[in-house]
Amino acid sequence: MDDGTSLLLSGDEAMALAGWHAGVALGAGYPGTPSTEILENFARLGGRAQWSPNEKVALEVAIGAAFGGARALAAMKHVGLNVASDPLFTVAYTGVAGALVIVSADDPGMHSSQNEQDNRRYAVAAAVPMLEPSDSQEAYDFMRAAIEISERWKIPVLLRATTRVCHSYSVVRPRAGRDTPRTTHFVRDLKSRVMVPGNARPAHRALRQKLAEMSAWNEDCSLNRVVPGGKALGIITSGISFMHAREAAPEASVLKLGFTHPLPLRKIAQFAAGVQSCVVIEEGDPYLADAIRAAGIPTGAKPEMFRFGELDVARVRRILRADTSPEPVPPPGKPPQLCDACSYRVVFESLRRQNCIVAGDIGCYTLGALKPFEAMDSCVCMGASIGIGLGLRHVLPPDQACRVVSVIGDSTFVHSGISGLVEMAYNPPPGGHVVIILDNSTTAMTGHQEHPATGRNLSHEPAARLVLEDLARSCGIRRVQVIEPRSGSDAFDHALAEALKSRQLAVLIARRPCVLIARQLKEYEQRESEPPRQCHEPGEPCPAAV
Amino acid sequence: MNLENPARPPCNIVVAGLGGQGVLTATDIIAEVALLAGFDVKKSAIKGMSQRGGSVACDVRFGSHILSPMVPAGEADFLLALEPAQIEPNRHFLRPGGLTIEPSVIDADKLPQKKMLNVALLGALSAHLPLAEPAWLEAIASAFAPKFFEANRQAFLLGRASQNKND
Repeated sequence: MDDGTSLLLSGDEAMALAGWHAGVALGAGYPGTPSTEILENFARLGGRAQWSPNEKVALEVAIGAAFGGARALAAMKHVGLNVASDPLFTVAYTGVAGALVIVSADDPGMHSSQNEQDNRRYAVAAAVPMLEPSDSQEAYDFMRAAIEISERWKIPVLLRATTRVCHSYSVVRPRAGRDTPRTTHFVRDLKSRVMVPGNARPAHRALRQKLAEMSAWNEDCSLNRVVPGGKALGIITSGISFMHAREAAPEASVLKLGFTHPLPLRKIAQFAAGVQSCVVIEEGDPYLADAIRAAGIPTGAKPEMFRFGELDVARVRRILRADTSPEPVPPPGKPPQLCDACSYRVVFESLRRQNCIVAGDIGCYTLGALKPFEAMDSCVCMGASIGIGLGLRHVLPPDQACRVVSVIGDSTFVHSGISGLVEMAYNPPPGGHVVIILDNSTTAMTGHQEHPATGRNLSHEPAARLVLEDLARSCGIRRVQVIEPRSGSDAFDHALAEALKSRQLAVLIARRPCVLIARQLKEYEQRESEPPRQCHEPGEPCPAAV
Repeated sequence: MNLENPARPPCNIVVAGLGGQGVLTATDIIAEVALLAGFDVKKSAIKGMSQRGGSVACDVRFGSHILSPMVPAGEADFLLALEPAQIEPNRHFLRPGGLTIEPSVIDADKLPQKKMLNVALLGALSAHLPLAEPAWLEAIASAFAPKFFEANRQAFLLGRASQNKND
C-alpha cells in the first residue's frame, strides 16, 4: 500500500517521515549521535518537535502527550536512555492512553559515544516491547508498527536502531496518505496513572499479562520473517546484522526477527529444528543467543571477541567459520581535533599551563584530552564533571585538591550539570572549587543544535533564554565571571589563576560562539530583527509539507 | 560492468578524506546518480566527529539488490581519495585490481575553485562507471547552489577528461 514514490532516506529520516505520516503530535528529545536527525527532520516535515534540556524531561513530556491520548515520540541516543530510564521503567506500568514510541539509537563500535551499551537489555529490564529495524524501509515501517502496537496494548514501545541503520541511506517506499492526528482528551484514571504501591502492584501484574499476550501475538507477527534457503545452515538475526548475514551467507536459511521483545520463542524453536545447524548473528551483547538458549533451544552463538565493535560482512563470515584468529587492525586515520580557531584552545592551554587536574565532560571539548593539550583527566557521562571534580576535591591531599577544576560545555551543563552546581553550593569542599562552563552558544558536537541557554528552539526560532550566570548565582555561587577567551589575551588565564587561589566556589563562563556557526548566528539575528513573514494562512498546513 | 544481472556483485565505492572536504556531498551525488539510473543503492556515512578535521570515509554501493550498507574490506572497486594521506588508511578496502582515484589525477591549476576537488574527482570516477553524464550533471546541479553549477560542471568535466586520456 505505497504511493509509488521511492525515496533515498537515512534511517533517521525514515523514522521522522513515518512519525509525520502517522500523525505524531509531538516529538521530544536531546541531541545525540546517531539519533539527532530524527527530530530535526520531523520538524522540517511540519511536525512539532523540541529539544528538551535532557532525555528524562523529553521522555516525560512525551509521556504526558501520550497520557493525553496523542501519538508521541521520544528520540535519543543509547546513553540518553540511561538518563530517561527512570520514567521508562514506570511508564511501562502506567501504560498510555495514546501511543508512545521511544527511539534508542545505539552506537556499537562507538563512532561518537563513550560506551557501546546494548539497549536491547532495557526492553527486558523495563518489560516493554521492542522492534529492531535493519534498513530505512524498516525504520519507516517499524515506526508505523511501533505506534500501532503501542496504541493496541496501551504500552510504550522501544524502537531500537543502531548507527548503521540511523545513518545509512537506502530506498524507502512510504505508505500512501497521512493518518489524522488523534483527538486528545484527558480521562481521569488514578489507578492506572498514579504509581503508589497500592496501584503499582496490580499494574506490574497487568504489565506482565500484556507481555504474555504480545508474546503469543508475536508468534505470527509479520515483523519476523523467514528467508528460505538451504537446510544446512540456519541464521537467527535482527537489525543491521541481518544485512551482513545475508551477504556473508546467501545460501543459508534466515530467521529475521523484527519484534525482538518479547521473543517469538515457538517460531524460533521451529526454525532451529528445521535446519542442521543454527547460529545467532547479532551485534553487541549476546541478547538473542542467551534468551534462545535459556528457552532450551540449541543454537550456536558468536565467540566473545565479536561482542566488541560493529559487525560487518567480513566479521560475520568469520563467525560462521568459527575463526577466532586475531583480526586485522585497520591503519589509523587522522584523529579529530579542536578547530584551529576554536576559542576553547585558549582554555585548555591555561589548564595545562596551570597544571590542573581536570574533571571533563561530553562534547567537542573532550578533544582537550588529546594532544597537544592532554588537559582532561576524566570523562564519564553527561554532567559528571562537576560531581567528579567535587569528589576529588573532598578526598585529595590539599596540594592536589587545590588544582582540581570541572570543565563542562553549555549544552551539557543545561542537560545535567545544574544539579552538580547545586551540590557544589550545598556540600562545598573546604578549599572551594572551580567550574568552567565552556559556552559556545550551541550543541556543537552533534551538529549545532539549540538548547535552552541559546535562546532559540529546535527550529532556531526565538525562545526564552536561560542565563547561565544568573542561574549560577541563584544556586549560591558568589564568584561568577564571564570571560571571552581570545588567543593572544591572558584574561582567561588570569581569571583561572585568581579563582583557584581564592579557595572560593567559582564559576567561570568562557563565552564565545562556535566558529563554525558564525554565519548561521548572523542569519538568526537578522531573521529575528525582521517582521515575521507568512507564506500561507495561519491555521492552514504548510504547503511545503503537504 | 553489467550490474543488471542479479548474480553480479554490487559496485562498491569508498570515498575518503578529511572533515570539511566534501566527502559526504560526493557520496550523496554518487548515490543520487545511481538511483536515477534505476539501481538499488545504499550508502553509509559516519558523522559526529567528522566536522573536526578528522578522517571521514563513506561507502556507496549500487547494483540490482544491495544488502549490507558497508563495503566489505577487500571488495571496493574504487577508492576515491580527496586527501592523499587518506589513501593508506583505506587501501585495505580495495579489491585486487581495484582502482584508486586520487587528487593528483586532477590538474589543480585548471580547477575553477580549489574546493571543487570533490566534484572533479567524481568526474574522474564517472569515466569508469555505467552511469550517464547527464545524470551526473543533474545530481551535481541539485547538490549545490545554482550559481556554482557552471564551475562545478567544469570541474566535473575536467576530472572526466583526465581518465579518458589514460584509457
